[in-house]
Amino acid sequence: MLNGLLKANRWNALLEAIPEYYIPGFLMTLRTAICGLLLALLLGIIFGMLSTSRSRVLKAISRVYVEFFQNTPLALQVVFYYSCLPILLGGTGMRIPKFVLGLMGVGIYHGAYISEVIRTGIEAIPPGQSEAAKSQGFSYLQTMRYIIMPQTIRIIMPPLANQALNLVKNTSVLAMVAGMDLMYFTDSFGSSTGYFAQAYFCSALMYFIICYPLARLARYLEIRSMRQPVAKVNMTQMMEDSINV
Amino acid sequence: MADMVKVENLCKNFGDFEALKNINLTVREGEKLVIIGPSGSGKSTLIRCINYLEEPTSGKIFIGGQEVTRKNHREMAKKYSAMVFQQFNLYPHLTVMENLTLAPMKLQHVPKKEAEEEAMRCLKRVGLEEKAKVYPNQLSGGQQQRVAIARALCTKQKLLLFDEPTSALDPEMVQEVLNVMVELAKEKITMICVTHEMGFARQVADRVIFVHRGEIIEEGTPEHFFTNPEHERTKEFLSKILH
Ligand SMILES: Nc1ncnc2c1ncn2[C@@H]1O[C@H](COP(=O)(O)OP(=O)(O)O)[C@@H](O)[C@H]1O
Ligand SMILES: [Mg+2]
Repeated sequence: MLNGLLKANRWNALLEAIPEYYIPGFLMTLRTAICGLLLALLLGIIFGMLSTSRSRVLKAISRVYVEFFQNTPLALQVVFYYSCLPILLGGTGMRIPKFVLGLMGVGIYHGAYISEVIRTGIEAIPPGQSEAAKSQGFSYLQTMRYIIMPQTIRIIMPPLANQALNLVKNTSVLAMVAGMDLMYFTDSFGSSTGYFAQAYFCSALMYFIICYPLARLARYLEIRSMRQPVAKVNMTQMMEDSINV
Repeated sequence: MADMVKVENLCKNFGDFEALKNINLTVREGEKLVIIGPSGSGKSTLIRCINYLEEPTSGKIFIGGQEVTRKNHREMAKKYSAMVFQQFNLYPHLTVMENLTLAPMKLQHVPKKEAEEEAMRCLKRVGLEEKAKVYPNQLSGGQQQRVAIARALCTKQKLLLFDEPTSALDPEMVQEVLNVMVELAKEKITMICVTHEMGFARQVADRVIFVHRGEIIEEGTPEHFFTNPEHERTKEFLSKILH
């Protein structure tokens, strides 16, 4: 392996494989990550708000969603969508497109985490804020819009950036179902040539290109949020909660 | 004069704890009412039921002759009442000016320019017109509470509710807030204040009620409370806060 790392012909093979393997893989990963993140945000906002509502039923629904998807492996969820969902949808032999599989996989999984981030963010706002709003005659939705959410957003931006980062990395489980993503093409190049070192090195670099800026962004937002005029919250704890995925 | 607030047989339970037991109370338009009583006696609960921050377990509340219900309480809050809290509860993400103009602009659809002019007038009344552009956390506690009072004034409500507005303040800031409240009290506005500032009560209150374990056990003028309180409980309480 080690002397293989230094062989020039292997690096040449890698360079030649870039347009055919790595570019489409990279684009697929990027697309899945972006759309998956949008889905995760949507689900996170909906279930996060449900979990802070007064209705026990809505809270319970949100709880079940969060606990179920946080406490089963993402890989299992994706394989389930791949092999069982078409059958559940009628079993006409229809296949779900790989891109849809990927965005569902990471979107639903990270939606559960983002829901928790949003719930903690909303709960971090002291109850006096909604009381002041209510005493002025704001409705529940107006209170959320003008008073709670603007404060919540500043608090949750750092853990959200962390979620985005984890989501990008987690798109790699798509490879398990031949998802045409970066990880899949990496495996495919590696096993067809045997040049695994080159294959994984290049792949790691490409993930790093997306993830490193997100990590910096998370750090920047974290520092900035500590200086902002919002209610005091335990930022360190929230960051830790959002890192453990 | 007409009744501003009428409370009929109000009860409020938290679980099986009775925080308010059959309260009856009428506050005339323009009246200044001070509520006193030991900690945990139900003063906050009473004032919070009046603007429906707490939903009464039973009984009725009327403001301006109209019953406050689960359905209409937001409309009623918009129309009649404003509240000043012990912890100020200013919106920390908005400037002082935005704190004052948010409700008029979003709820009463006052144009921005007009809302800002009114906000400046209100800030002037509490002596903070130079603080319009700063954020609440750049102000002292006393200044924050004065901004909160200005915010309550800004919507031109007829009924102002104060829940221990000076209790969270450092002693040297209490007077600046009380001074603002004394000035307000010279106007027609109806004020209901939970406070232990008996000097303030003596200066502005038309009537004082003493709440004990969820019941109003004594009421009268401030003079009455200073000179010959009847109830043992009242005497005991007053001797503690007046010493
Ligand atoms: N949300 C609540 N849940 C349970 N008990 C409460 C709640 N709010 C107030 N209480 C109880 O009701 C009683 C009266 O409270 P409160 O009205 O705040 O008293 P005060 O303002 O006179 O100090 C207290 O014993 C308090 O513990
Ligand atoms: Mg109280």
